[in-house]
Amino acid sequence: MVRVAIVGIGWYGFKPSVPELSFREMMFEASSRAYMDAGVDPRSDVDAFVSCQEDYWEGIAITDEFAPEPIGGVLRPTFTVAGDGLQGIAQAYMLIKTGYFDVVAVESHAKPSDVESLQEIYELAMDPHYIRPLGVANPFFMAGLDATAYLERTGATREHLAMVAAKNRNNGLLNPRASYASRVTVDEILDAEPAVYPLTRYEIASFADAAVVVVLASEEKARELTDTPVWLEGIGWATEAGTGSPEWHLWGMMPSMRVAADMAYSMAGISDPMGQTDFAEVEDRFSYAELVALEELRIAPESAAHKLLEQGVFDYQGRYPVNPSGGSLSMGVAFEATGLARLLEAVLQLRGEAGAHQLEGVERAVVASWRGPPTRTSMVAVLSV
Amino acid sequence: MSEKEKLPGHYLKSKEMYELPGLVEYRPRVRYRFSAGQAQTRFLEGLKEGKILGVKCPRCGRVYVPPRAYCEYCYAATSEWVELPGTGVIHTAVISYISTFRERMEKPEIVGVVRLDAPGYKEDSYEFAGLFHKLCGVTEEDVKTGRAIGMKVKPRWRPPEERVGDVNDIECFEPVVEG
Amino acid sequence: MKMNIHVKDRVAVVGAGITLFRRRLLETPRELAWEAAKMALDNAGLTLADIDCVVIGTAPDAFDGIHLNGEYLADGAGGYGKPTVRVYVGGGTGVFVPIAAWWHVASGLCNTVLAVAEEKMSPAHPHPQGVFAYIWDPVLERPLGPNLIWIFAMEMRRYMHRCGATKEDIALVSVKNKRNALDHPAAQAAANITVEDVLNSETLVWPVNRLDISPVSDGAAALILAREREARRITDTPVWVEGIGWSLDNTHWYNRELGYPRYVQYAARMAYRMAGIERPWKEIDVAEPYDPFDYKELHHIEGLMLARPCEAPKLLKEGWFDRDGELPTSPSGGLLGVGNPIAAAGLMKAAEIFWQLRYEAGRRQVKKPVHKGVAQAWGDLMQVGTVIVMSN
Repeated sequence: MVRVAIVGIGWYGFKPSVPELSFREMMFEASSRAYMDAGVDPRSDVDAFVSCQEDYWEGIAITDEFAPEPIGGVLRPTFTVAGDGLQGIAQAYMLIKTGYFDVVAVESHAKPSDVESLQEIYELAMDPHYIRPLGVANPFFMAGLDATAYLERTGATREHLAMVAAKNRNNGLLNPRASYASRVTVDEILDAEPAVYPLTRYEIASFADAAVVVVLASEEKARELTDTPVWLEGIGWATEAGTGSPEWHLWGMMPSMRVAADMAYSMAGISDPMGQTDFAEVEDRFSYAELVALEELRIAPESAAHKLLEQGVFDYQGRYPVNPSGGSLSMGVAFEATGLARLLEAVLQLRGEAGAHQLEGVERAVVASWRGPPTRTSMVAVLSV
Repeated sequence: MSEKEKLPGHYLKSKEMYELPGLVEYRPRVRYRFSAGQAQTRFLEGLKEGKILGVKCPRCGRVYVPPRAYCEYCYAATSEWVELPGTGVIHTAVISYISTFRERMEKPEIVGVVRLDAPGYKEDSYEFAGLFHKLCGVTEEDVKTGRAIGMKVKPRWRPPEERVGDVNDIECFEPVVEG
Repeated sequence: MKMNIHVKDRVAVVGAGITLFRRRLLETPRELAWEAAKMALDNAGLTLADIDCVVIGTAPDAFDGIHLNGEYLADGAGGYGKPTVRVYVGGGTGVFVPIAAWWHVASGLCNTVLAVAEEKMSPAHPHPQGVFAYIWDPVLERPLGPNLIWIFAMEMRRYMHRCGATKEDIALVSVKNKRNALDHPAAQAAANITVEDVLNSETLVWPVNRLDISPVSDGAAALILAREREARRITDTPVWVEGIGWSLDNTHWYNRELGYPRYVQYAARMAYRMAGIERPWKEIDVAEPYDPFDYKELHHIEGLMLARPCEAPKLLKEGWFDRDGELPTSPSGGLLGVGNPIAAAGLMKAAEIFWQLRYEAGRRQVKKPVHKGVAQAWGDLMQVGTVIVMSN
């Protein structure tokens, strides 16, 4: 059995805007750091390159064209995944598992500051026949519907959602990559005008320019390259109700996260995620989504995530910290690089390189992200040292 | 699957498609403001001053036009800027009778790739410094007979007051008149 | 990268499906994906419950006008509740979909994979060409108002110059492929035409005339891949994936020689090495090189090392690449004849190799006995080569 390890990681940005560099130059900066970290030369040591991006985010049809140059992938096996960076990690994992590929690099980037019309792009993800003709002004209406259904189903309240936002916004204060961290209290969040009921603006993540590059290697190669490999013990991904139409959506739930988690856990031999792992980095671009995900990840029992939250279990100082980095609420949504942002934070924690927000004695982590709506794809990874 | 197989799919005539009840007309309203970045910004500033700037790889010596912040072959950061004479030869040229959106144009347009005179490349190397641009003073006949390929050309600049830091600051590339 | 490794389980193609390729189809993109996927499942005698993972391919989102297009297509492609991914290498996507499906299986993660490619170009209005206005570098190229055909015309012009090929030589590809397509039930542009017909068709961007180009299409295609153990259970005639390869050249297409596609050669070398092929021109029995433009087939035959550089036009004239020739190319009818729903067209080429190697191509079956075949696609800004080698 070939084991797969993360042997290098690099990032650039995580700011509301990076005006000094083009997206390509951001890719170069992030990949330079990742290759330096891994001690590899991309022109000779990396066997394949994966770039994760979407045409409409980039404003370029066939955005794959721009993938190879800045990451050292010219005239090499380079390809694009139209998906989150963690889906790219899954491809790299499989490539290495075939035995033909020893070292694979995964890149993703986001330049939301180049986009003048994010709302319209969200609208383009909506079904052209059922949803777009309704002309709903705010594309986050789906999050509002989903959050309401979640509250209804589990008995959680708006206070719980605000607690998630307060926890993550405050956690970010110790993280240099968290541009949107803030010393905000639960009461301040509850008193704010709802943006999309029941969510206030504190509970909806803003956007960040960022690039992240990850270098993965087979065990044999990883042992040569580094003394601190982070093992990718399991990875899972799944897509859910693909109709693009809310009638078929299971509101307040994330079935794709459950499928992805079961896949990753079975690879990693995990039956009790809270008992067998030490912390989690979970996509939280909406406050409620963290709670939904924790249940689908079986870190919290069904309908009980808000109770554990109340008890402080998920706090930075808690028994099972969730998003010690501050999550997307603090770091911003970096389009398809969002999953890699979660992965980055987990890798730094496991290596003991997280700096001011370093957790103590952590050895195993769950990383979970998702993309959408309307159709969600979720990805889950289990990492260990 | 032989030629006899009956395959799924229902063909529509143009008229039928536009009469379908489910046809939703939708015009995307997406807008972007692309940041050119360090390398391209410097290049565009050069164009404004009537200069074609390239950037040199410290490892292999290739000179990149258009410039990039990194050498794609050595994966090294580039930093040394060089001004090129702007002259070059036509690598390939074509005559376009249609516009971007495939409308027939009244006057055909001749466009091509210009291989610029730049240090760092062997003659006839696969790679070269070059630009994609419009060609003027090159006739349709030149393109069709192949006379155009290899023809020596130079940029025709717009007057300084009209230059804004855009690829169109070069109006086109035109043949160098010998002597 | 390691080669000649000991592989426990080989990867096989066990089923294929395809829809009609047409200028406009009634079906939505999701329905097209479903129809091709269903046909492939039926062909293999499987149901969706037998499928572990799904790989989706579709080219620019702007055709469908849908953001997160992979997610949108997922249920039609059979991806609901399954590990599903959309891979993307521009026009090269069609052949890349089975390549990605290969590593899903070869990694041991999935026993069976449904590989689906779909393209619906007709929603783009008034003409799908408009979509290609957005493929260019937004700062350096878009301000010049380019048309997609320009770059291919430039490449064709360069190829003609470098190899001394004439428009007549190149038009023969269109004649051959459109004739071959007469036997393909999905074909949109099958015809018996002559070189004169090509030369007399509308000149779009000299040297490219309308009949030098494949048509705009809607359509979908699907393949099912399985690991050896499953494959043997599913069928008596699995077709093995022997090698895969791909390569992506730089973005700056105007900084390199356009007369020869080195990226196709790099991709082919990778695939041949994996397949243990040393003399492709002798060992490959049937080929489906990517032919969205007629000169492209010649260009790619040379990139695939099935002919020496600049030798393809001469061999073509001698009938070398005909269905009853020494090395038949595009026996399906190719994109020029069957049609070009971008990602689906590439997968159609891989499917044709599958049918040829199973001797199931009916009147399209090439005359010589076949053991090994290669399918290839190409895309982006004249950058991508994707290659898959199969055997029976």
